[in-house]
Formats: sequence, C-alpha cells, structure tokens
Amino acid sequence: MKILKLGIGFLTAATLLASCGGSGNKNGTDGALNKNNAEKVYVAPGEHDEYYAFISGGYSGNLLVYGLPSGRMFKEIPVFSQFPTNGYGYSEETTPMLNTSYGFIPWGDSHHPDISQTEGVLDGRWVFINENNTPRIARIDLETFETVEIIEVPNSAGNHSSSFVTENTEYVVAGTRFSVPVPQRDMSIKDYKGEFKGALSFIGVDKETGSMEIDFQLLMPGFNYDLSHPGRGKSHGWFFFTTYNTEEANSLLEVNASQNDKDFIAAVNWKVIEEYVKNGGGTMMPAEYAHNVYDHHTHSATSTMKKEVRVVNPSEVPGAVYFLPTPKSPHGCDVSPDGEYIVGNGKLSTDLTVHSFTKMIDAIENKKFDGEAYGIPILNFDDIHAGSVEKAGLGPLHTEFDDKGNAYTTFFISSEVVKWKLGTWEVIDRKPTYYSVGHLTIPGGNSREPTGKYMFAMNKITKDRYLPVGPELEHSAQLYDISGEKMELILDFPTHGEPHYAAAIKADVIKGNAKQIYELDENKHNHAVKSEKDTRVERKGNEVHIYMSTIRSHFSPDNIEGIKVGDKVFFHVTNLEQDFDVPHGFAMIGQNSAELLIMPGQTRTSIWYPKKVGVWPFYCTDFCSALHQEMQGYIRVSPTDSDIELSWSLGDD
Amino acid sequence: MKLASTIMIIGSALLFGLFLFPLWHVELQAPQYPQGLGMHINIDGIVGYTKHDVHNIDGLNHYIGMKTLPTKEEMWEFTVFPIVVGGMAILGIIIGFFGFFKNSAYKWFMGWFVLMTVLGVMGMFDFNAWMTDYGTNLDPKAILQMTDDAGNPLSYKPPLLGSKDILNFTADSFPSLGGILLGIGMLLTFISFLVGKKFNAKKA
Repeated sequence: MKILKLGIGFLTAATLLASCGGSGNKNGTDGALNKNNAEKVYVAPGEHDEYYAFISGGYSGNLLVYGLPSGRMFKEIPVFSQFPTNGYGYSEETTPMLNTSYGFIPWGDSHHPDISQTEGVLDGRWVFINENNTPRIARIDLETFETVEIIEVPNSAGNHSSSFVTENTEYVVAGTRFSVPVPQRDMSIKDYKGEFKGALSFIGVDKETGSMEIDFQLLMPGFNYDLSHPGRGKSHGWFFFTTYNTEEANSLLEVNASQNDKDFIAAVNWKVIEEYVKNGGGTMMPAEYAHNVYDHHTHSATSTMKKEVRVVNPSEVPGAVYFLPTPKSPHGCDVSPDGEYIVGNGKLSTDLTVHSFTKMIDAIENKKFDGEAYGIPILNFDDIHAGSVEKAGLGPLHTEFDDKGNAYTTFFISSEVVKWKLGTWEVIDRKPTYYSVGHLTIPGGNSREPTGKYMFAMNKITKDRYLPVGPELEHSAQLYDISGEKMELILDFPTHGEPHYAAAIKADVIKGNAKQIYELDENKHNHAVKSEKDTRVERKGNEVHIYMSTIRSHFSPDNIEGIKVGDKVFFHVTNLEQDFDVPHGFAMIGQNSAELLIMPGQTRTSIWYPKKVGVWPFYCTDFCSALHQEMQGYIRVSPTDSDIELSWSLGDD
Repeated sequence: MKLASTIMIIGSALLFGLFLFPLWHVELQAPQYPQGLGMHINIDGIVGYTKHDVHNIDGLNHYIGMKTLPTKEEMWEFTVFPIVVGGMAILGIIIGFFGFFKNSAYKWFMGWFVLMTVLGVMGMFDFNAWMTDYGTNLDPKAILQMTDDAGNPLSYKPPLLGSKDILNFTADSFPSLGGILLGIGMLLTFISFLVGKKFNAKKA
C-alpha cells in the first residue's frame, strides 16, 4: 500500500513536470517538429517526392528544381546567367542563349516561373520564367530540364508582371514594371507624365513546339505594372495586371507613388485585341530584340535579332481594357480557380480587395464608368467589389488557392500566411513565417485545379533559421501541411538566390517524360564525331579544330602536337556514351573559360588560346569511372614560328 | 490416333514461337544499374533490352578484358539455328499429318523427339562453350585483372541457367517465352508419342 501511494506521488510529480514542459514549448517560437510532422516530410532513401517544385533562383538568374515534401534540391537549371558548373553561357553552343540587343549579358534576375497549361490544368510540358533586369522570357523544356528558348521583350523595363500563361498556353504574358519612353529617346525625366508608356506584351506560344513570338504589345499609360494573372474558366480571355504609381511619379516613388488612395487593376480582354490584330489592327514599330533558340539535335543555340514589333494603342480598341480601382498600391494580382474572383493585394494596407468578374462584366455592359484615364474607362469600385478580407494582416503581397474554396495570402510586414474563405471573406487561420514572406506556392495554385495538400512560403529574410554563415545568407522557405482546417508548419528548407515565386506540379505528370541520354545517332552538330575513327585535328590558318571524343575512360585523341602560341584552338568534344548518367567533363589548364560538361550523345565546344610554350594537360572533370583519374591528355604548344607538323594520337598509333 | 497427330502438330508448331520471341535472356543488376542491363538471346542474334544495353554491357566488359558481344555475322549459329528450328518444325508438322493416315506414325513422333533432343543438347553445349569462351578468354592487357582466392583468373561466364554473382553484378540467366514454348512443344511431341502408343495398344 505504501508503495502504491509513493507511486501515485511520483506520477503526480511527473504530470506536473510534463505540463510545465508543455507550456514552455508553447511559449517558444515554434518548438521542435513533432514526430508526426517529421514523418510527413520524410521521403525514405530511394523514394521519390510527390511533387516537383520549380523555384526561381532570383538574382542567380537560374531556376531550381526541388522535391516536395522533402524540400530536397535536385538541380539548378541555368537560364539567364553563365553557369561555369556545366559551361552554359561559356561554350560556343550556349553563348547565343545570352545574346540580347545590348550584346552578350552574363547575368539575369529571374522571377516568376509558370508551368504550361492545357484547358486550365498544368500539362507539365514547359516552364516559363521572366528576367526582370533586361526584359526577357525563357522557356525550359521539361523533357531535358534545359533552357531551350529566350526571347527579349522590347519597349519594356523591369519585366516584372511576367511570365504567366493563359489557360491553354495561348500566350505567355510579360508586363513592364518601369514605364519608359516608347520609342526610347533623349528627353527630360521630368516630362515622364503622359510621355512614358507601359508595355504589356502578349507572346504567342506554338501549341506543338512551344516556340515563342511576340504577337502584340499593348502600350498602356505610364504606370508601374507590378504583377498579373490570367482569367480562367468564365474569365478566360481576360488578363489582370496590378498597377501602382498611377501618380506617374518619376522620383522618390516610395512617397510620391503612395499618394493615391486607389490604384488600378488593369483588366485586359486579350481576345478582343487578338481579333483586332488579326484584322490588321495595330502598327508595326521598329524595335530591336533578340530571339534565341536552342536545338536538341544540333545541340546548339542560334540568336536572331528581330527588327520590329506590333504595338496596339488600347484607347483605339473599344472594349479591350478597363481599370478596376483597387486600394493601396496593390502588388499580387491573383485569380480564383473558378475565374470569378480577382484578388488585389494592397501592399500598404491591412485589407485584401476582391473584385467579382461577374460584376465587372455587368458594369461594363451597363457602361457604369467613373471617368477614364488616357482613354481607358475606369469602373466604379462599388460596382465591381465582391468583398474585402478586413484587417487580415499587414502588407499583403500574394494569394494562392486550394481545392476547398480557401485562399492563402502572404503578409510581408506581419510575416505570416493567412488562410481565408472565398465568398465569406472570413479569416480561418494564420501562421507565422520566418521571416517576411514574399510569394507562396500551392502546387497547381495558378490553375483551375489547385491541390490541397501542401503550401510553401518563400521568405525574404532568413536571420537565425539555420547555422550562421556570415552576413550573406540563402533565403528560407517553409512548407505547411494545408490538408486540415489549420495550417501546420512541417518543414524549413533553404532556397537559392531570391526565390520570388515557384511553380509546383504533381511529379507523375512530368517524371515519365524526362530524358536520360541524347541519342548519338540523332546528333546533328556540325562538329560532332560519331566514333573514334572520325576524331581528328584540322588547321585553318591559325584556327585549329580538334574533333575529340570521350568514352570511359579516355579522350580520343589524347596526345596532340603542332599547336602554336597565337593559335585559336577549338575543342569540339562529343561524348560517345549512351548510358544514363555518364557525362564527361573537359578542362584545359590555363583556359580563360569554364569547363565543359558533356552529356551522353552531346557535343560541346570550348575555345582555348594557348599563350605559353610547353606541354599542357587537359582532363575529365566528372568522375566517370574507376579509371577517371587516368582520363587525361597532353597538348604540345610550340613557338609561333615553329614548323612542328600537326599530329594526334591515342594509345600506340 | 487423330488426337496424337493433333498434339504432334501443335507441339512442332510451337517451335515457330522462337521466330517471334527470344529463346533466352541474361540480365545484369548492380547498384549503379537499378533497372538492370539485359539482353534477349534470339535464335538469330542478341538484342539489348533497350537500344543501348548491348553497347553498355560491352563498355563495362572492356574493363575486365571481355570480347564484345557477337553480332549476327560474327556467329554462324545465328544463321544455322533458324534453319534447324524451322526445318524441325516443318518436319514435325509433316510427320504429324502422316499420323492421320498411318497409325504406326507415332514411332516417327518418337524419332522426331529424339532428334530434337539431340539437337537441343548440342545447341546447349555450343551455347555453353561460347559462354565459357566469352567469360574466360580475356584480353591479357585488360584494365582490371581479377583473381579468385586460389590466384586463378576470375571467370566472368554467366550461368547457363540461374543466378550468379560476378563482381558487383548479379547475372540472371533464364529461358524467355520462345524457349518456354520450345520446351512445351517438345513435351507435347513426347505426349503425342505416348497417346499414339496407347491408341495402337488398345487397337491391338
């Protein structure tokens, strides 16, 4: 009996201790992940993730491929920046991808990836992404996970309200954040008002090939076109752009562009403009912009300079554009899965404004206008307003949707995600983010069929989330389980560059299409070799072309003599392997360039200027086999006036 | 006797399956090849599971000094085997038809079965001899020269039937559909003999 009493005493003490521990945890910021949450994100070794997430690499200029729910990074796809890791933007085949009307640009600022759609559903064929600084749109092929096309956008600056696709990928749309003189000319900055234009570009996408072409540019008033999204379902055929700086200020915008109580969401009926253009509307205007295309058969990119673009003045096309007054410098512009609601995230307020597409159409049909701006009708706020999510947080930026009629909005200043209900506008839940969240992503979130399992927030500030690594940090993202009524933080993972936005999709849609190798017999590169028999060295004046092959584990040829100081040496390297995941690398001592990383069946070219007399080695950089260390060669460089004959060999010959 | 003849004809005709389906297959698995590398052995040549499997098997085997897998032109068997198999199938069908008219034809069924068995065993011997040569007749300058515990050069001969671990690979060697049809066909011809014999015994 005594023992029993003692036992109860211990038990009571233990309970007290446990409850103390519990409350201590609650007072902490987020506590440790419980086992349940760890299991939710655990993808066992060798297992595949359920979703692909294509996360913008921001100022790295690239696009990153992650898996969800594990948060593991699989690949960095070079898009707008040189990538010494594989030679993108250094090799002869890929440098044309970075050509622009300003010449070769080694860097870009990538922002908003968006996956191609068919009938409002992600089809997983391509990802589009915009470059903000020197306006460009890129297309990444989801069979090879490589950048296959980049088109420059003329008359644009700060290509920010981009690159969102319409329901059937009819268009990928690119809007300008900074209005500029169109055409560019020498004028006083103070004459901004009325003189500067904001170009909204509708880039047609070929249904079969994905090839892009600018169909028309809408020359809008000189506001800042911040973000955009397509209509879908009932609102298919429309595109919505948020604007700020409707004050048309040209200096100290943080004050001067924040004066109007309401800016606009521009509603563009692109079907009307498409019809107008089809009937010869608009004018061809001289312009200069690069169109760069990569071909998977020649393994080479070509850059073509375009000379003109079709521009459309919106005031000349009745029914094409309307302005929807929206409070407080709206940032994100998001459309609900059914296409009915257009959410304006007024970044300087605590409220979200939601417009109704049905009400908008009704107001247009009944011509209920409240004046006009530069010939574009302004609708009455009260006529189109569906509702507001009031006092939801501070500094709303972006909204995505789930499959249960809920919306999720990020609040930058109050650093949180808020879940609210479409139609009733009531706040259901809020969860902190770490810290100062920008965009958020729900797989399929920008489509008719969003999923309802995961949401991740991409933050601008990282601070103490990971082990300290000095002043410069990668950003952090948080993954939330959104399958229940309340959101639950289940994972914290670092991203690369500044991940403005991400597009995510069910892995099953894509993973079966991913290529493993390039077929050697389909290689149409001008300088390819199909077997070691074809490898050779040719001299044309001071240009030397080395037609080289790689296979485990040697280069052919691997001894070359007769190269002279002052020559321009082209290494055309073909990887003869036809086995999955057997790339070979190529690096030459003292080369003022990057390595080449050559996939099976691919050809890559690198230029080397030999500067010093001697015998110089080159080697394979990718650990290709047990004899990788043996995969090397020598080049003899003789003085310019030497008469050493060109010769090459492999093994004994 | 009609039943015996029908079985004989069906049994012989199943040999034609070898013209449609592979006789045998050899599959290699290793950590680096989770999906495996493999080859179908058809009566007229070796074909990889995928377009590049033969090339990739050859690429791996060159490290240990093995010869490349033979093409149709490099092995007379791939020309002769189709003639033998086709000839035996036609012969079997003709013999089977004789059974409709002549009750004693069941003895010929046995004769066909014995001949086919002899040819089959010869074929197996030949196949095994090639595999022994393929797995042991190695390039003396091979990059990797492996020896067993006794210091003898390692044999890379794949098993004739079954599984075997060879370095980091597990090699599986089993009959394919064509080979299975061949086996069933031969069994049927033997059964046709038994049925024919029983029929004649009853009659007598």
